[in-house]
Amino acid sequence: MTAADVLALLPLLLVAATSVVVMLTIAVGRNHAVALGLTLIGLAASFCSIFFVHPRQVTTLLIMDNYALFFMGLIVAATFAVSLLSYGYLAKREDAKEEFYVLLLVATLGAMVLAASSHFASFFLGLEILSVALYSLIAYLHERPLPVEAGMKYLVLAATSAAFLLFGIALVYADLGTMDFAQIAHLLAGASGQHLALLLPGVALIVTGIGFKLALVPFHMWTQDVYEGAPAPVTAFVATVSKGGMFALLLRYFTQSGANHFAPVFLVFAIIAIASMLAGNLLALFQTNVKRILAYSSIAHMGYLLVALQVGGLIGAGAVVFYLVAYFAMTLGAFGVVTVLSEEQRDADQLEDYRGLFWRRPALALVFTLMLLSLAGIPLTAGFIGEFYIVAAGVAVNAWTLILVLVVSSAIGLFYYARLIMVLYQQPAGSEQAQQTLHVWTPAASLVLALLTVILVWLGVYPTLLLKVIQTAIAALV
Amino acid sequence: MILAWLIGILLVGGILAWLAARSHPLLCRWISLAAVSADLVLALCVAVRNFGPGHIRTNEWFEQADWSWIPQFGIHFHLAMDGLSLLLVLLTLFLGIVSVLISWTEITEAVGFFHFNLLWILAGILGVFLSLDLFLFYFCWELMLVPMYFLIAVWGRERRVYAAVKFFLFTQLSGLLMLIAILSLYFAHHHATGIYTFEYMELLGTPLSPHAAMWIMLGFFIAFAVKLPMFPFHTWLPDACAEASTATNVVLASLLATTAAYGMIRFLFPLFPRATHEFAPVAMTLGVIGILYGAVLAFSQTDLMRLLAYASISHLGFVLLGIFAGTTIALQGAVMTMIAHGISTGALFIVAGALQARMRTRELDAMGGLWDTVPRLSGAALFFALASLGLPGLGDFIGEFLILLGTYQAHVAMAAVAACGVLAATFYALRFVQRAFQGPNTHQRRLPDLAVREGLLLGAMIVLLLWLGLYPQPVFHTFAQAANHFPALWR
Repeated sequence: MTAADVLALLPLLLVAATSVVVMLTIAVGRNHAVALGLTLIGLAASFCSIFFVHPRQVTTLLIMDNYALFFMGLIVAATFAVSLLSYGYLAKREDAKEEFYVLLLVATLGAMVLAASSHFASFFLGLEILSVALYSLIAYLHERPLPVEAGMKYLVLAATSAAFLLFGIALVYADLGTMDFAQIAHLLAGASGQHLALLLPGVALIVTGIGFKLALVPFHMWTQDVYEGAPAPVTAFVATVSKGGMFALLLRYFTQSGANHFAPVFLVFAIIAIASMLAGNLLALFQTNVKRILAYSSIAHMGYLLVALQVGGLIGAGAVVFYLVAYFAMTLGAFGVVTVLSEEQRDADQLEDYRGLFWRRPALALVFTLMLLSLAGIPLTAGFIGEFYIVAAGVAVNAWTLILVLVVSSAIGLFYYARLIMVLYQQPAGSEQAQQTLHVWTPAASLVLALLTVILVWLGVYPTLLLKVIQTAIAALV
Repeated sequence: MILAWLIGILLVGGILAWLAARSHPLLCRWISLAAVSADLVLALCVAVRNFGPGHIRTNEWFEQADWSWIPQFGIHFHLAMDGLSLLLVLLTLFLGIVSVLISWTEITEAVGFFHFNLLWILAGILGVFLSLDLFLFYFCWELMLVPMYFLIAVWGRERRVYAAVKFFLFTQLSGLLMLIAILSLYFAHHHATGIYTFEYMELLGTPLSPHAAMWIMLGFFIAFAVKLPMFPFHTWLPDACAEASTATNVVLASLLATTAAYGMIRFLFPLFPRATHEFAPVAMTLGVIGILYGAVLAFSQTDLMRLLAYASISHLGFVLLGIFAGTTIALQGAVMTMIAHGISTGALFIVAGALQARMRTRELDAMGGLWDTVPRLSGAALFFALASLGLPGLGDFIGEFLILLGTYQAHVAMAAVAACGVLAATFYALRFVQRAFQGPNTHQRRLPDLAVREGLLLGAMIVLLLWLGLYPQPVFHTFAQAANHFPALWR
């Protein structure tokens, strides 16, 4: 490792160092605000360092190209938002608060490694760093039954799927003799029939592992329970950073290897995409728990992303990246509202908690409305441009089946988004007292929500700048 | 530049109105009124400048605004106005003022949010009439959706949620089909020329295989047909009209339908001449079915709002017929009907809303003999019912007469059947008047007559309908260039 390598790894190193620093300060003395402050400083430093990194391959494990840097920026920014959201949320709760930020930073590091990995070893490493931190984050409020149950569920399933993944990697390695993405892609391009005996099961197992992490149908069983059980800010983190890092890796691998031109892979992913879009939106219809609705909706959104992923090329990759940015903003915003509304004893996940929100806290209701409209793909929001981009990508390659399923399922999705929005504007039926307890002003969270709303609308009205950045980022891939 | 102002004033006015409502609801109403009025004055200035006496225009598009918006996709913020757009913009702004005024006392809850939605939907409608970039068009098309959803869902009546969601689903699904169609056209154009653009003018001559053209055309057509609404996609309209407030109904039945008809005229014919020509008999048949079906169902309704909604479907069947007949006369008739129907149906909804506000019911059975107690309201209702059934001398007559005349040139049988629709209109319109206003006042109702504000509004609408009926020439003159232009393309 040369000095240039170390410099290139600066964004990763800074996040890692921050987690150590926060841990050490906890050893000296507990202070919630200090822990948050250090976390934010570390994340901000890591974000700034991204702009000074010259793209290069660092060992065979990590590639710090523009694409990886773009996603690192996105992940760090999202974690910044989650930390701010968590502060008000944790302040209301009795548990030890400071370790939360250590875990959050470690998980972020894992996701960043995923975004930059060019080798199965770093892939697995990043995944495990992310997952192990997530187990404890999900069960962080360990005196309550729901988070613990969710944490256990996630632990068992994630560990199993990691085992699947590892086995798949081993099979691919046994067949091709390399774990480097670029070399695998090179070998696959010249692959003939004899390889398939080991390769296909290997790929299938890897897909299982990835599918689990992204909560794609049929590997989605954990999603709704974990979303419901985990503390709201952690849910936001699981939905964005964890999935975003994995999707960054998937897109990199797909684009480099041209896997979408490989008929069996295309077919499998097409089926998964269709199942995710339909199942996600249909199952959300029958939910009355807001966190579960958002869980199913996120399954559907992953399905939309898979559509663009399969299209591939410049337009498909661009659509994936843009949609991911939009998805980050709207998901963080939606869970941010859930976080802000949550009471000391439980999260605000019942529809009743939202009834008549518009008449009590119009600003918050407006933010939530915009986030939901964006999830539904309505103009003036980032979600609209994202959906437009994905449909454009699909039409460009005449992927009619996928596009029609996308359109139909997004119309189904509209139904529950509309219902949820409706609840916000209904006249409240509950007593005055119940409404009062919810009213706690949290400046940090308000700031995050305001910022996310501005970003959401800005991207929805004038996406040109982001598109320009994305084009530079994916130029490294295609 | 002036076109961007037209939309911008409404958008900013909507936000200001919302903010102002926090201090005083009345301030919010005045701001809304001022914004829409300012827009109307601007639009009238444009009209006078380009169609005033002695003015000769050289360009079909007499106002333009064109900025690059999302260059990566070749998307422009391109607004332009021709005679057709101008007419419909004027109609929109006039009915916009009517909507603001008619909700002056009706809307008392969340006044700011109501006016925000109202002004933003008007902005969306103007955007639809003015966009010359297909992406921008779709953007505005979708922009109309959410404010309308809120208008129905928050300020509606008992079953408002059901109606709002139904409206939302119907229009959004069909809108997405149009998005696919727009994108297909975009990529087909790129395939043929190597240029990525959503520019209407450049997409005009895109070579398409007959098969592809038909599918893309259908994508557009379904979106417009749902919004119109055309039989058999009409079922959301009666539900929505029955549940929505008066101002919402005016926008819903008069203006949204107009955007759909405009879309057909502006996009279907010029972009897909052959496919549209082949498809025309189907569309005309559906139009004729809509005329008769709407009329029959209107006749059998006891709910006043539903009656008007079905009557509206019947009239819009005429518009559909006129557009697809493919003759200049029929097209002129269609545009005339769009305008006259917008005013007369809007007025009828105002009458119905006034009755609802006074009696807390919209059941025809609960009315009767109201002429004694509310003579001015009843007189206005009779006038607009007559306009709606096509009495000569009023705007609707000119429109429907020209449609039938133009259709006769193209297709005799269609014209003959459609003419029965005019007859049927007589039945439901007069039945409404008889049941509500004539006969004995069995329920012994004593109601307040029209307030000055309502009276002035309805009076203005009466004058406009008379003007359209007696001297329709300005409308034809304004539309003339476009009317000659469109059918020529696909002959």
